[in-house]
Amino acid sequence: MNLSLNWLNDYVNTEDIDLPRLASGLTMSGSKVEKYKNLSEPLSRIITGKVVQIKKHENSDKLWICTVDIGNSTVQIVTGAQNVTEGAIVPVVLNGGVVLNRQDGSVTKIKKGKLRGEVSEGMLCSHDELGIDKAELPYIKEDGILILSDDPDSSNLQIGESVLEFLGLDDTVIEFEITNNRADCLSVTGLAREVSATFDLPLNIPEPEFNGCDGDIKSHISVEVDNTQLCSRYMAGLVKNVKIEPSPRWLTSRLKAQGVRPINNIVDITNYVMLEYGYPLHAFDKRFIEGGKIVVRSAKENEKITLLDGNTVTLSPDVLVIADEKKPVAVAGVMGGEFSGVVDDTDTVVFEAACFDGVSVRKAAKKIGRRTESSSRFEKGLNPVNVKTALFRALQLVEELGCGEVCKSFIDRVHFTAVENKVAHDYNAINRFLGANIPSEKQIEIFKKLGFGYCDESKEVVVPKTRYDISLPCDLAEEVARIYGYNAVESTLPRLNGNGSVAAALWERNVNKLVNVLTAQGCRECVTYSFVSSKMAAENAIKIRNPFGEETSVMRTSMIPSMLKVISNNINNRNVEARLFEIGRVYSPQKEADALCVGLYGKDESFFELKGIFEEISTAFKIEANIKRMTDSPFHPGRAANCNYAKFGEISPLVLSEYGINERVYIAEIYLEELFERSENKTSYKPIPKYPASSRDLSLICGLETSCGEVADIINAAGKKHLESVEFFDVYYKDDMKSLSYKLTFRKPDGTLTDEEVDSAIKNVLGKLEENNIKLKGMV
Amino acid sequence: MDINLKEQLAELERRALSAIEAADSVKAIEDARVAFLGKKGELTAILKQMGKLSAEERPIIGQAANQVRETFEGAYSKKITALKNADMLSRLKTEGLDITLPGVRRKMGSRHPLRIVLDEVKEIFASMGYTMVYGPEVEETKYVFDMLNTFEGHPARDEQDTFYIDDKTLLRTQTSSVQIRTMLKNKPPIAVISPGRVYRCDEVDATHSPIFHQCEGLVVDKGLTFGDLKGTLEAFFKRLYGNDIKLRFRPHHFSYTEPSAEVDLSCFKCGGKGCGFCKGEGWIEMLGCGMVHPAVLRNCDIDPDVFTGFAFGMGIERITLMRYEIDDMRLLYENDTRFLRQFN
Repeated sequence: MNLSLNWLNDYVNTEDIDLPRLASGLTMSGSKVEKYKNLSEPLSRIITGKVVQIKKHENSDKLWICTVDIGNSTVQIVTGAQNVTEGAIVPVVLNGGVVLNRQDGSVTKIKKGKLRGEVSEGMLCSHDELGIDKAELPYIKEDGILILSDDPDSSNLQIGESVLEFLGLDDTVIEFEITNNRADCLSVTGLAREVSATFDLPLNIPEPEFNGCDGDIKSHISVEVDNTQLCSRYMAGLVKNVKIEPSPRWLTSRLKAQGVRPINNIVDITNYVMLEYGYPLHAFDKRFIEGGKIVVRSAKENEKITLLDGNTVTLSPDVLVIADEKKPVAVAGVMGGEFSGVVDDTDTVVFEAACFDGVSVRKAAKKIGRRTESSSRFEKGLNPVNVKTALFRALQLVEELGCGEVCKSFIDRVHFTAVENKVAHDYNAINRFLGANIPSEKQIEIFKKLGFGYCDESKEVVVPKTRYDISLPCDLAEEVARIYGYNAVESTLPRLNGNGSVAAALWERNVNKLVNVLTAQGCRECVTYSFVSSKMAAENAIKIRNPFGEETSVMRTSMIPSMLKVISNNINNRNVEARLFEIGRVYSPQKEADALCVGLYGKDESFFELKGIFEEISTAFKIEANIKRMTDSPFHPGRAANCNYAKFGEISPLVLSEYGINERVYIAEIYLEELFERSENKTSYKPIPKYPASSRDLSLICGLETSCGEVADIINAAGKKHLESVEFFDVYYKDDMKSLSYKLTFRKPDGTLTDEEVDSAIKNVLGKLEENNIKLKGMV
Repeated sequence: MDINLKEQLAELERRALSAIEAADSVKAIEDARVAFLGKKGELTAILKQMGKLSAEERPIIGQAANQVRETFEGAYSKKITALKNADMLSRLKTEGLDITLPGVRRKMGSRHPLRIVLDEVKEIFASMGYTMVYGPEVEETKYVFDMLNTFEGHPARDEQDTFYIDDKTLLRTQTSSVQIRTMLKNKPPIAVISPGRVYRCDEVDATHSPIFHQCEGLVVDKGLTFGDLKGTLEAFFKRLYGNDIKLRFRPHHFSYTEPSAEVDLSCFKCGGKGCGFCKGEGWIEMLGCGMVHPAVLRNCDIDPDVFTGFAFGMGIERITLMRYEIDDMRLLYENDTRFLRQFN
């Protein structure tokens, strides 16, 4: 929402408040100022001058020497423009003045100087140099100097005076971010009320009135509201003998300052009232309302309308339209139809002031793809009570501007019951709620400044009809607090009485432990998107109804595709190796599960590097992992394993090729809930052994099919009670056999082992190995 | 005779001490020791003559001889320590290293910057007595909108802003849904923090991402005030950014809180004077908050006449980007190791 400071000052005089204070004060009372700009900035020393004489520069084909009357004197100015004539009134920038380049925003300071030997005291300005778009001033016929004497209002020009006011540049525009609940602040009067309350300044918004001429509107037009659900009020006013003209300068300047392009007097009036009161109006040319009948109804299925902008759209019954006897002429509250608007030869105008349902307008605007100034105001909810003010203001302006004869009578279809909205005021409760100590009188004063009524007997606050957002005591508390000042409320620290949750604390500890193990293993954490291509997820993956595209269309059912993408990106970015992990979620229709994914690639990585990380994690959570070979996709069928809380292995090259990866990649996926629930959080201290251990290194020969794990199992089972540990330390392959080496450590808790005891255990171990065709190659 | 022996001892002591003095290596001093104190050494030779002495003289000379031995031993051990130290020093001299060669490191990994920030946020709130709660990301509309007082037709519910699964299910647009779930499950007093992933239909660019992370807080109890909300956030941000940080509460609007506020922090770079980082404002928008709307409490079967509450929500990405001066949000999700390794 843009606000013209000049316009604001009509209702509340802010001359004593400098702009930064005005802006910060409003921001802190709830109307956030995004920025403000003096429209004339950085222009300076630009006045009107009258060209009294013009002659050719002797040393140039293109330059002209102008003698310019600047009020109290004349100056000589050399110009290269070809459109200046004697008698023309033009903008003149004198020595030391500043002009703009509208194209690139750069600024030029003008200095007195000589052009090919001729003195030039300043410069004549083009519209661009004043920062004005050509389209804003329709009388500009050609590029070159802006000829002010072509302006229809040129009789108002004073030679030698600043040109800024004439061009509507003597204003400041303040840009606000208005929150959804404050449709009333999408208007000059609404913001004026905020300014008045914030700075304690008197507010003067007169109730609009118009005189009107005799005549009955009903003899020209009738109004029928079919859908009273979506149209709570419809008013129509009539203007005859309309003269369509450009609006006066003061009006167009204000529209332009607030970002609305002037069209003609009637259209400008509707926009002016909308900006002033926040209530959108529409002006119809009566000729185009067939049958003289306005019907507010739901559109028919597949009914079409050509909009003001020339495009035809198809409607449906959930769109409310303004129709005549035969066809829709406007989409209610959104945009008028092609043939509904005011044109140059319009003679009779019907002003529509109505209140349409906000949700319905929003849906209609979306349906036809036109979110307009009008629809965005209806969307936020308007009060039908105020519709009359808007209509009256429009008719008042018609009379003020002399655009036609206003018919005294008007049509008013009312389909709502006006109720006074009252909220009980308990000043103590407000103080308790805010943690403040604001006296009752002070609170009441705030309400009154904001336009609320106050009933002393019943201690009730009467909500102004422009406000739709106040119905509860907490709403009143906010009004008090924001004017009193949020920052004036003392900060206190509450004593929290909540009981912490043991399970929640344990979860946090477990996740932290996991992150610590992973970072200690050299893994770097990633964060990836949780939606993936449907090709990379399980068939029952949750599908997004309105995704950006196929690539991000389903919720991932595994972390692995996300990790592969990260690895592929890193390889493409020439990072030759990486250890990565992500803790995130996987999604199925039944549940969301937290999961860890670890991904490795690079010359030093292998299945066993990955398995090592898996083992460190298992050890950290005190779990004896019972892993099994796994042949599932997307893993290499011979190089993958799983257990009840994890799966890991080398990724199949067939899968990797889909990601453009052609080196080995190792990935583990671990399910946190399954991991944590198996975890033993209790650690009991075991005494440090007092007696020395004896160890034997065995090198064994077996067939290729015998696994390291099986051999260790046999040794463990046969090693008798003093076998403390079996540690694998070497493997090598020869022909169709392999050699496995283990260190066996024996220890007794209550004495030193004798060689005989150890030898007997070893003998038993070797016997059992022999039974399994595993032979001793050597022992140390 | 005794005088002679005494003189011999004195003479021996002089020579022994000067031999120690003169010794310039461990070997030289060991040789001297053998020469003077060894079994065949000079002191032994003198002591052998003691048999000729009278019973009165013997202890005197014995004592004198011991004196000489002790003096010698003292000088010897001092000297040999010095020689050994000198030997050690000269060896150490040859062992000098180029200390500018790089260290041998076990390669540590690293936490993602988002986790680093979130961990800090969680740690501060945990120490203030808050419990972490989590909830589903694929969520029912009633928890994300309806029960949070965001009525049907509210712009926040638009398809163009929200990823929908079906009419009643969506990817949560805020972690406030967890607040509702918490209030439905637990009765006050409640003090929770709900961190997590949220989704909005924002196309990816330097400042937008369809997925980001929020951390919300909710406190419900008897007698909680707007001042308590202010104090809580002030305490939190001072812990996160230091005591010099200033907070500014600005009126705002959210459908699930009333009064509502946005909180600005004094600019980290200029401290509030206004600079390029804060676009001259001196303040940086940081978070939204407010007193829980009575309709929201009532939706969760909590009597707003008895209990009040406050809630706040902040974006973890926003804090992270500002802290590390990361100018492109996409870097957070690209996971290039050259980026990741910069954080710890």
